[in-house]
Amino acid sequence: MSIPQAMTATSAGIDPMLPDLFRIRRVRPETHDTFTFELAPVQSGKRFSFLPGQFNMMYVFGVGEVPVSISGDATSTGLLTHTVRAVGSVTRVMANMKAGEIIGIRGPFGTPWPVQEAEGNDLLIIGGGIGLAPLRPALYYALANRSRFGKVVLLYGTRTPEDILYRKELESLRARFDLDVDVTVDRAGGDWHGNVGVVTRLIPKASFDPGNAFAFICGPEVMMRFTAMALQKREVPLQSIYLTMERNMKCAIGLCGHCQMGPLFVCKDGPVFRYDRIRDIFTTREI
Amino acid sequence: METLEPYLAELPFLRGLSTEHIKLIVGCASNVKFDAGQYIDREGQAANTFYVVRHGRIAIEIFHPTTGPICIQTVGEGDIAGWSWLFPPFVHHFDSRAVELTRAIAFDGECLRRKCDQDHELGYEMYKRFAAIMESRIESTRMQLMDLYR
Repeated sequence: MSIPQAMTATSAGIDPMLPDLFRIRRVRPETHDTFTFELAPVQSGKRFSFLPGQFNMMYVFGVGEVPVSISGDATSTGLLTHTVRAVGSVTRVMANMKAGEIIGIRGPFGTPWPVQEAEGNDLLIIGGGIGLAPLRPALYYALANRSRFGKVVLLYGTRTPEDILYRKELESLRARFDLDVDVTVDRAGGDWHGNVGVVTRLIPKASFDPGNAFAFICGPEVMMRFTAMALQKREVPLQSIYLTMERNMKCAIGLCGHCQMGPLFVCKDGPVFRYDRIRDIFTTREI
Repeated sequence: METLEPYLAELPFLRGLSTEHIKLIVGCASNVKFDAGQYIDREGQAANTFYVVRHGRIAIEIFHPTTGPICIQTVGEGDIAGWSWLFPPFVHHFDSRAVELTRAIAFDGECLRRKCDQDHELGYEMYKRFAAIMESRIESTRMQLMDLYR
């Protein structure tokens, strides 16, 4: 299954600063501070297409706008899905929104995961915390086109068992014969029977061919740095490692400079970057 | 009689060790099995053994008087559990518990220490391997301390 032709809001020739209205169809609680919105365009017949890894600007009218990755299936023409963690003034208001309420959406913006380029190789998807959300569309793509990939491995680390995102979905994915799923948490009580330790510890044991593998990483920057190092220890080529950066995106079209990272704009040149292209910036302080 | 020698030679932990050294340490090794929930070692007890997990999972825990056991880390197939046998006073600093049915190779620490004392080349090889494990565990622990996902 292929992804419908998607483009950025800018390239689509529409005013990228003008939000479209979307109605919340469903709010699904994920963890104590994270929830998923399923959204449908208010204007009937309107479709929303995107590429795995892209993000939208979500506008809560009268409150503010935040960048949020799209966490749904790019091959589906159904609802637009966003998983949000309530951590700031806008997302905390979003956490209290109910089905039926209206939200503004600008997008999609940014660079995608190179899912088509990764075809023919093993695929490692490595997420930390809420970082699993931007990776989920790439995983959906790989599963929808399973025969085009070698091994598909999902490694996920989070804080505690209660913080596991998409828990039921992960449980059902673990039951598949064509996908390796391993989950670890940083701390747990005696009732947890899974792994305890950081996500990088899963990498030495993961089964894949390092010379023919693509790795997509998303999580806190420190986690991504150490994950990239662990992948290098397994001799995964730097040019096969991709990660998604998070910065304070505001305009989302490379004008305002809020998300500038050295010579790059995360909103326009990213958020998905090839590791070898940003490695120097990645390790430079105060950028 | 079949010995553990061929199995030891295949362990990633011992990979690269000479055949002579494998022969030397095989006498310190034995097969063990732990049921799910069974405590393997307790904090404060004498540390005379370390384990290479063949199958299953072991939780390294610390006991908190109000919240009970807190799992710091789990080790699984191919991993090492226990290094207190290497350093005086040879006492466990943590509890370890089998999370699920676990099979492992147990190494008698006293036996191994003696052989390392007699054969310094073996001792160097063993300490090199444990140093690498410690480095990796310390790195992981530091990352855990950062509480990255908060």
